[in-house]
Amino acid sequence: MTIRLEIVTPEAKIFSEDVDMVTLTGTEGEMGILPQHMPLMTQLAAGEIVAQKGKDTIFLAVGDGFVQVTGGRVAVLTDMAVRAENIDEAAAEQARKNAEARLAEKVSAEEAAHLQAALLHATTQLRVRRLRKR
Amino acid sequence: MPSTRDIRRRIKSVKNTAQITKAMQMVAGAKMRKAQQAALVGRPYAELLNGILAEAAPRIASFKHPLLEARPVRKRAVIVVSTDRGLCGALNSNLFREAAKLDTDATTFIAAGKKGAQFLARTRRRLAAEFTYKDTPTFAEARAISRFAQDLFLEGGADAVDVLFTNFVSTLVQQPKTVPLLPVGEIRAVTAGVNAPAPEPPATGGPRTDVFEFEPDEKTVLGALLPHSLNFQMHQILLEARASEHSARMVAMKNATDNAQQLIKDLTLEYNKLRQSNITKELLEIATAQMAVG
Repeated sequence: MTIRLEIVTPEAKIFSEDVDMVTLTGTEGEMGILPQHMPLMTQLAAGEIVAQKGKDTIFLAVGDGFVQVTGGRVAVLTDMAVRAENIDEAAAEQARKNAEARLAEKVSAEEAAHLQAALLHATTQLRVRRLRKR
Repeated sequence: MPSTRDIRRRIKSVKNTAQITKAMQMVAGAKMRKAQQAALVGRPYAELLNGILAEAAPRIASFKHPLLEARPVRKRAVIVVSTDRGLCGALNSNLFREAAKLDTDATTFIAAGKKGAQFLARTRRRLAAEFTYKDTPTFAEARAISRFAQDLFLEGGADAVDVLFTNFVSTLVQQPKTVPLLPVGEIRAVTAGVNAPAPEPPATGGPRTDVFEFEPDEKTVLGALLPHSLNFQMHQILLEARASEHSARMVAMKNATDNAQQLIKDLTLEYNKLRQSNITKELLEIATAQMAVG
């Protein structure tokens, strides 16, 4: 018995595989989703998605977004998603520093929001990467 | 009567122009394909978003959200999505002709793209904000524009927000089009991709067997989902506008290249005629001179 995990961003479809279990972070805390989970809609907080596939465990860093669970499918809509092994630590670190530096200066509210999002993406990527380094 | 040297000079300059327009045509062609591709990759996202919205739609009756509130329209805001650069045929003029039709006093404009901002400033319209977007518009840029429009709507600065952009019909045809953005009258399905088929209307009627649980609750999830779907819609509009721009530029540049080639042909003909008549004239002069001597 498997459940299909689909992760899409506006730019691309990042992930689409049958997995045994999905663990994700909602705004209300972490939740594990097994096949035959009841239909559910929730908000996704920036953080980590862990997918169990047989003996493999797949880690992904995601931004905030929405999750829709139907009987056999977990659909994740988010603005950013990267597999842990694909995270470029140096680039993320650089992005974090840039965003922080820019935020320290005077910026418009709109740019600040943009920078906050970039900062959130970078820190999430770094956190997941460091947590899952083998 | 121009001398042969003048004509030669003109041919050379027209040739240079043709070379440039040809290069621009190529670049625009490549960019157009890229822009269309970018519009297409948003499709799976749009499908999922539509799925979620379709699930949410039946619940909307009991759901109150400020973005859904329809007020009598006294003040209107229009987001004009234009290009940053010119040389794209009548694309911007067509767009601005539509914009000029709007009531100056009751309309506030939001410009996306430099040409639109210039036009609005020139015609002294009320310009609330000016945004730029990159060659391949990012989601963050779209979010900035859409957020601004939402804030304007929520603060009462506008009772309705429309978007005026150039709709991509085909490579040869782009039409200015106005779509309503706010208030969200009903939960609309978002379309994605150039020439995307209209998505199926959310199935309503008949009790649904799969009742969704919302976490933390419907209000929070839908409250976050609504602005997000607007942001996404804006993103798709920007992508579409870019695809239109590049195809319009490609066609305009192709016409320019063709015209230049024709001009070169005509000028070359004129040049040869002139050269020939000059030679004939000289020969005549020599012959006359010889006859006079002999």
